[in-house]
Amino acid sequence: MSATTEALAPADEAGIVEAVRAAAAARTPLAIEGRGSKRGMLRPVQAGRSLSTTGLTGITLYKPAELVLSARAGTPVAEIEAELDRHNQMLAAEPPDFAALFGHDRPSTIGGMVATNLSGPRRIGAGGALRDQVLGVRAVTGHAEVIRSGGRVHKNVTGLDLCKLLAGSHGTLGILTEVTLKLQPRPEASLTLVIRVADLAAGVAVLSAGLGSPFGVSGAALLPRGEAMLGLEGPAALLRLEDLAQFLPHRAGRLRQELSAFGSVELVEDEASRALWHAVRDARPLAAAPEEAIWRLSVRPSAGPDVARRLEEAFGARLLLDWGGGLVWAAGPATDAAHAAVMAAARAAGGTFTLFRAPDPLRSAVPVLPEEPAPLAMIAQRVKAAMDPEGILNPGRMRG
Amino acid sequence: MIDLPKPNPAVLARRDAILAALHTLVLDGPFGQGVIGDPHRLRAYETDGLSAYRQPPLAVVLPTTTEEVAAVLRYCRQNGIRVIPRGAGTSLSGGALPLADAVVIGLMRMNRILEVNYADRYAVVEAGVTNLGITQAVSADGFFYAPDPSSQLACMIGGNVMMNSGGAHCLKYGVTAGNLLGVKFVTIEGEVVEIGGQHLDAAGYDWLGLITGSEGQLGMVTEVTVRILRAAEGARAMLAAFRANEVAGQVVDAIIGSGIIPVALEFMDRPAIHACEAFAQAGYPLDAEAMLIIEVEGSTEEQDVLLGRLKEICARFDPISLRVAETPEESLAIWKGRKGAFGAVGRISPDYLCMDGTIPTGELPHVLRRIGEMSDNYGLLVANIFHAGDGNLHPLIMFDANDPESFRKAEAFGADILKLCVEVGGCLTGEHGVGVEKRDLMPVQFTAAELTQQRRIKSAFDPQWLLNPAKVFPLEGNPALASAA
Repeated sequence: MSATTEALAPADEAGIVEAVRAAAAARTPLAIEGRGSKRGMLRPVQAGRSLSTTGLTGITLYKPAELVLSARAGTPVAEIEAELDRHNQMLAAEPPDFAALFGHDRPSTIGGMVATNLSGPRRIGAGGALRDQVLGVRAVTGHAEVIRSGGRVHKNVTGLDLCKLLAGSHGTLGILTEVTLKLQPRPEASLTLVIRVADLAAGVAVLSAGLGSPFGVSGAALLPRGEAMLGLEGPAALLRLEDLAQFLPHRAGRLRQELSAFGSVELVEDEASRALWHAVRDARPLAAAPEEAIWRLSVRPSAGPDVARRLEEAFGARLLLDWGGGLVWAAGPATDAAHAAVMAAARAAGGTFTLFRAPDPLRSAVPVLPEEPAPLAMIAQRVKAAMDPEGILNPGRMRG
Repeated sequence: MIDLPKPNPAVLARRDAILAALHTLVLDGPFGQGVIGDPHRLRAYETDGLSAYRQPPLAVVLPTTTEEVAAVLRYCRQNGIRVIPRGAGTSLSGGALPLADAVVIGLMRMNRILEVNYADRYAVVEAGVTNLGITQAVSADGFFYAPDPSSQLACMIGGNVMMNSGGAHCLKYGVTAGNLLGVKFVTIEGEVVEIGGQHLDAAGYDWLGLITGSEGQLGMVTEVTVRILRAAEGARAMLAAFRANEVAGQVVDAIIGSGIIPVALEFMDRPAIHACEAFAQAGYPLDAEAMLIIEVEGSTEEQDVLLGRLKEICARFDPISLRVAETPEESLAIWKGRKGAFGAVGRISPDYLCMDGTIPTGELPHVLRRIGEMSDNYGLLVANIFHAGDGNLHPLIMFDANDPESFRKAEAFGADILKLCVEVGGCLTGEHGVGVEKRDLMPVQFTAAELTQQRRIKSAFDPQWLLNPAKVFPLEGNPALASAA
C-alpha cells in the first residue's frame, strides 16, 4: 500500500480540476483512485496524497434500446450491473470483481474498471475487450483541463481515439470523470460443457476446437486441477454457450459430438454455469495466500500449455487458463526468481505479462510490465508529458 | 475548396535530387514501379475516393518491404519532406489526398498473406492485402475476417487500420479495432516496432488502439495481425417496409429492446429505395417511406426462430410489406439493391457526396425530417442509407460537379447535416474518417482544449508534423503548418 497521508474526494468534476490544478502548480504527486479496490495492482504509487472519484456517482444516461449507458466515474460497478439486470442487459466485457483476490470488500467503480481495462471471459469474442466497449469518456488531464473523447454513439472515428489511450492507463494520463459504455442484451440461457482432459495441451486443443466451431462459444477456460465446485480433480476444459434457451441443446449436442474424442463431456446448466464463470472471471480457483504473488500472462493460446509447464517447473505455480488458453493466471511465491521465470516464459512465448498482485517489496523492486522497445518507450515518455506535463498523476504506478 | 498548406519551395526546388535519393531507397520491380516521378503517372495518385479534391504529389514510392518503408520515412524526416500514406486510395474523406511537396508511400505492392493460424485464430498479412482478400484466404476453412466496408473488394487492410473501418456487420462483430491483435508500426524516424502480437491485450498503454483510426497521423503500418473468426452455420435476411420513417425507427428500437442483435440492420428511405430499385430490380416496395433489411445468423432452425420473432415485432407496426428469404438466393436478392446503392445513386445523379455522421438511433425520425427540409432549401436531392443498429447515417447528396455552384451547395448541405449529427448527440464521422473533408468541422464537435490535447498526442509521435499533414486537424493552431494558407 502506498503511504498516502491525505485523501481528497471532491464532490464534482470541477473539484477534480481544482485539485489537479493545485497539485500541478505545487508539483505534488497524486495517487488517483476510485474506491481503491485495485490499489494492490502493479506498483505502489509514489504520492503522499490521494485524489478519489468517489464523490462523482450516478448513472447519467441509460438508453436500453440504444444499448448505451453513461455513468460518473465513481459509480460502483455493482450498482450499474443491478440496473442493467432490470432491463435484461449487461456490460459486455464481463468485468471481473477482484475484491476477493485482493482480500478486501471494497467495491470496484466504473472509472477504475475502465482505467485498468480488465476484461473477463467474453474477451475472446470479436470486440470483446472492455476498451472496445468504451464509447466515450470525460477526463481531467494533468493540464487541469476537461477533455472528452468518443461520445455516446456506437460508431465514431472522429479524431484520435483517446478513449483507447486512457483505458488501461491506470490513472497515469488523466482522471476519468465519466464513461459511456456499449451494452449487450443478457443471454436468455447459459450452458457449459465440461470436458475432462488428459493434460493442458489436450485442454487447449479442446478450447481451440470449440472456438473454431460455428456455435458461438462465449467462454473457453481451462482448470488444471479441476474444480471443487464440480467435484472435479483432474484438468477440465470449459466451453460456454449462451443464447436463447431453445438454441442450446442443438449446439451442445453438436459440440459434444465433435469433442467426445478428447474426453468425457458433462453439461452444467443455468445458475451453476453462471457461478462457474464468475469464479473463472474473478480468478478464484487460484486461491492464492495473501503473502503470495499473482501474475497474469497473455500469449497465443497454443503457447499456453508450455508457459504453464515452465511456471509449474520453476516455482510450482498454481494456474488458471482463460481466453482459449491464451490468458494464463499464475500464483506462487513472491520471489525475484519466480518473477524472473514469468518474464522468461512470456518472452519465450512472444507474449506479455503483468505482475498483478504482490507484496510491496517485490512489486516495488521489479518491472511489473514488460519493457517497451526503445522507440516506443521514447514515444511513451512524450505522450505522458503531453497528458501530464508535471508528472503528478499516479507516478510509479506502471513503471519505476 | 479546402485550404491546403503552401508547398515548401525548398522541397519543390530539390525535386530531382529527392527522386534520385528515393530511387536508392526503393527497388524497382519488373515494370519499374518502385518510384514514380513522371507527372503523367503521378496523376493516378492525385485523388482518392473523394474525387472532388485533386493534387498530384511530388513523388510516389511503392515499396515492397517494411525496411523500404522505414528507409523512406527516415529520409523524409531528415530532409523535412511531408509524407502521405496510401492504401488502395478508396478513402471517402480525402484521407490519401496528396500535397504538392509530399511523397506518397503506397502500400499496394505489399500484398502477401504471411501466415494463417486456425488453432490460434489469426492471420498475419501485409498492409496492402485487400480486406476481402483476407476472408477469401480463409473462407474455404469456414473462417472470415469480420469488418466488411462496402469497398472491401478494393480497400486494403493497412487503410482499414488507419481509418478504423466498419461495415454493415459491425453491429455484431465490432469495427476494425476490435478485430486486431497486432501491427508492425514504422515511426516517422524510420524505427520499426512490433505492437501487440498474436495474443490479446498488451500490457501498458494501448498503442494498438490509439494507432487504429489515427488516419496516418502517428506513423505507418506495414503488417497487420488480424483475428479470424469461424463463420456461423448460415445467414438469412428479411425485408420490412413501413409507412413512415418514424415507424421504422420505432421498429429498430423494438428489435434491439427485445434482446435480438441481428448481424445487420439496414435502413433506407424513400429516395434510396427508389434509386436502388431502378438500378437493381430487387423487388423493393416503391410505395414505402422506409425499409429495413434485417439479417440473422445460425442454423436453419435458429434462423427460422429469429426471423419469426422479428416478423412478429415488425407486424406490430402496420408494415406495408414483409418478406422473409427462404433461401440464400432470396437473401442475396434482398441485399442486391442495398449493396448497389452507391452505383444506383450514381446512375440518377452525375455526382454525389457520401456523408457519414452517426446519431443516437432514437433521433432518426427527427434527423431525417431536418435533412428533408435542408434538401428543399438547397434544392439538392438526398437519399439516406443508415446502419440503423449502430446509428451510422450515410446521406448521399446528389449534385453536378461541372457546376461549381452545385458543388458549393452540396458541401454546405453536407456540413449542415454533420453539424446536425453533433447537435443531436452524435459525431461527424462513424467510419469514413475526418480526412480533409471534415477537418474544418472538428471545432463543431471538440472544444479548443480537446483539439489541443489531440494535437499534443500527434506531436508526441510526429514532432515536425510531416505525417499526412493538413488532415484531421484544422490548419489554424498547427505550429508546423503555420506557413499554410
